[in-house]
Amino acid sequence: MSSTANTTVASVGTPSRRNTELVMLAFAVLVPVLAYANTGMALDGSLPAGMVAYGLGLGAIAGVAHLVVRRWAPYADPLMLPLATLLNGLGLVLIWRLDHEPRLQPVDAAPAQLMWSALGVGLFLAVLIFLRDHRVLQRYTYISMVVALVLLLLPLFFGADTNGARIWVRIPGVGSLQPGEFAKIVIAVFFAGYLMVKRDALALASRRFLGIYLPRGRDLGPILMVWAVSLMILVFETDLGMSLLFFGMFVVMLYVATERTSWIVFGLLLSVGGAVFVASFNYHVGVRVQNWLNPLQLGDNGGVTETAQAMYAFGSGGLLGSGLGEGYSRLIGGIATKSDYILATVGEEMGLVGMMAILLVYALLIERGLRTALAARDPFGKLLAVGLSAVFALQVFVVAGGVTGLIPLTGMTMPFLAQGGSSVIANWALIALLLRISDTARRPAPVPASSTDAEQTQVVRA
Amino acid sequence: MNKPMRRVAVFCGLLILALLLRVNYVQFIQSDELQNDQHNRRVAIERYAHPRGDIIVDGNAITGSTETSGTDFEWKRTYTDGEMWSPVTGYASQGFGTTQLESLYDGILTGDDDRLFFSRTIDMLTGKDKKGGNVITTLNEDAQRAAFETLGDRNGAVAAINPETGAILALVSKPSYDPSSFAGLGSDDGEAWSALQKDDNENDPMLNRALRETYPPGSTFKLVTAAAALENGLLDDVEQETDYDVPFELPDTDGRTVGNSIDNVGCEDANIIVGLQWSCNNVFLGISADLGNETMIEAAESFGFNEFHDIPVRSAVSSYPEDNRPQNSQAGIGQASNRATPLQMAMVVSAIANDGKLMEPYMVDQLVAPNLNVVEQHQPTELSRPLSPENAQALQEAMEVTVEDGTGKPAEIPGVRVGGKTGTAQQGVDNKESPYAWFVSYAKTDDGSPVAVAVVVEGGSGEGEVSGGRLAAPVAKAVMEAVLPN
Repeated sequence: MSSTANTTVASVGTPSRRNTELVMLAFAVLVPVLAYANTGMALDGSLPAGMVAYGLGLGAIAGVAHLVVRRWAPYADPLMLPLATLLNGLGLVLIWRLDHEPRLQPVDAAPAQLMWSALGVGLFLAVLIFLRDHRVLQRYTYISMVVALVLLLLPLFFGADTNGARIWVRIPGVGSLQPGEFAKIVIAVFFAGYLMVKRDALALASRRFLGIYLPRGRDLGPILMVWAVSLMILVFETDLGMSLLFFGMFVVMLYVATERTSWIVFGLLLSVGGAVFVASFNYHVGVRVQNWLNPLQLGDNGGVTETAQAMYAFGSGGLLGSGLGEGYSRLIGGIATKSDYILATVGEEMGLVGMMAILLVYALLIERGLRTALAARDPFGKLLAVGLSAVFALQVFVVAGGVTGLIPLTGMTMPFLAQGGSSVIANWALIALLLRISDTARRPAPVPASSTDAEQTQVVRA
Repeated sequence: MNKPMRRVAVFCGLLILALLLRVNYVQFIQSDELQNDQHNRRVAIERYAHPRGDIIVDGNAITGSTETSGTDFEWKRTYTDGEMWSPVTGYASQGFGTTQLESLYDGILTGDDDRLFFSRTIDMLTGKDKKGGNVITTLNEDAQRAAFETLGDRNGAVAAINPETGAILALVSKPSYDPSSFAGLGSDDGEAWSALQKDDNENDPMLNRALRETYPPGSTFKLVTAAAALENGLLDDVEQETDYDVPFELPDTDGRTVGNSIDNVGCEDANIIVGLQWSCNNVFLGISADLGNETMIEAAESFGFNEFHDIPVRSAVSSYPEDNRPQNSQAGIGQASNRATPLQMAMVVSAIANDGKLMEPYMVDQLVAPNLNVVEQHQPTELSRPLSPENAQALQEAMEVTVEDGTGKPAEIPGVRVGGKTGTAQQGVDNKESPYAWFVSYAKTDDGSPVAVAVVVEGGSGEGEVSGGRLAAPVAKAVMEAVLPN
């Protein structure tokens, strides 16, 4: 705990920065509204009819969120809410723009997405209002584990194959749910709780072998279990992305908790082994790897693959892009243009410039999350914040890297931007948790009692 | 926990950096390549988003554009007399891509060419719709029509050149296809397209026989052999007697002989004039054998053999390969491993008609911007000098004798100097397959020679004896008459 002591230096008088947040939020609402107008002008030659309603709606959602933060988390980070609002707002515009292409599935996705976003913000508010202290979650460590396992394995039993992956659960009457999106948050809670308790055992009780510290067998158990579950997801649900996310987050949190580099080596070995094993035996993963190595190669049926279409979209966007509403990303077709491939529309219509801007918005959001982790004063909060930020960063990397051909495509959604109810709801909850931790971290410490005893105890800082 | 956490932050930063580098690579460095990739449908969408510019012959457009509905392509290409002009234009089809002029000048025709940047910008600023530029060809509509109609239903090809400039006047290939029939995306277009493919149509109508098919040149190649004899000093002039027997005994073959197709016309030891007049095989078998393979290759190459010509559509390579002595001897009468496109044989004649100077063949005179400014103007260029003016004129004399009083009689035009040479190329094992009838000729007036033409007719339509004079010469005559001033 020696290192954490540094940051506990009192933050008395920290400004709440709520007004900064409000100004930023105004921008975060204005930019998507202008993008909406721009898209409407390009597609229909007139300002879209729903523009005022959309602007007011997005504004209202942001406004309510802001007021709740002001009341229930007054010291929370001022940037995360505006950044998430900006991404969500732009995502809605992009989905609405793609709704103009009649052949793309699902049709009329924007109104539904708006509803899911509202629900997401609702969950965000609920978390902030009812979870007054994130440390409460510590009590649910093992319940979280059970919930996470159930969520992860749900698609295996009730799932439907979509695009070669079983990541969806159909709920009659409501639609389909992607449990993995929620699982990543619940798992972060479990890992944070578990590692906080076990980190000393994991860090210290290890044997030195060939210059690296190897953990004891009994400590290894839970880790191997996590590895096994992530491999199961990979093999039986063919969900390369989720399994990578899941395992990556675990390695990061383990490393942060134990401060042992050997864990990273160990984790990398396990994940590389698993990935190679699956890539060589699973047909779908093999196809993805093939598409990644030869992105422009024609498909087995002689047609242009989605991978190639996405590459063409990016390339055709060039530096400045075709302008919103003026691209041809609909050529990607299939069922994922509005979700997994939404970045291709960004790349084509907003160009390299827009693409870099969006990536930097994500980078900023991740940076604020990691800053929250650094600033947090309790180990559980630190671990949870670093886990949530890392999983968010990994997801951005895996999706954006997959769509742009940096790594094999894995079939996940870009947080906030992509169409998909589960994703947007889960990510709003993730932001709410980070804001809660950051509020606790930045909240001024209770004014210390001005006794000489107290001052003497403070000298013992290491 | 803060130290590893900082490292995690650096790691996340590296992930983002990797993404930024990747999008820069894809959207900046690879951008052009991806934008213009053949499978990127945006290329085709843009190509048909505006009416295309036109291909012009004699001041009239032979192409057009019509608006379509129901697809993401707004405009469709149309062609006037498509079947006649398709060997020139190629096609621009929404479903099947572009070829030939439509492909080479796609930038000009769509208006995307860099050289049209200025006019494009002006149009954009003044709110006008984007327009393509035009491609102005050198073709002569009368000559093209004459060739197309006189060839009739026979398979074959015609290439006609203005010997003084190299400008191509006619380029006909039969059977042909109408590119309008598959310009769109509909199922009709698909059916029309597959009906034209070689797999479904043994006549291969989409083969551009004038440019892209090589035939054994037969006796028309004797012109090259004669030029080689004169240029290399084997014979001093066209009247010098030779010493070649009938039938001619091929070198290195223990007495294998080749006869002549016409007997009792004085081929024994004949000079070049008589040799050409009656197409005496023995004379040219002998010359080629005496000159040797290397010299013959050089002579053929000076006429443009063994290389392709971009006119600007790329032609097939006419070949005169390295070979053994008997084969080389037979190549002297165009009946061995040497092959020629109709364009190549028209080039041979045009070099002779132009007093020994071979002009580079071309069929696009000008590229013009939508505002009619000339973007590019072709300047006639000399390709080579395969023979001296004296030798060229001597060969002209011999070719004219061939037409006045020889195998080329059917091409005679009263009041005009016409020089020609027939050819009947045997093919197949033991010459069993039906032969190709050739005729090459030029016409000359007091002002010089305005036209040289090569005609090939694929036999085998049950017409009995195929001969260049009977089948091909009338076509050549019609083309020359169409070009000559009345």
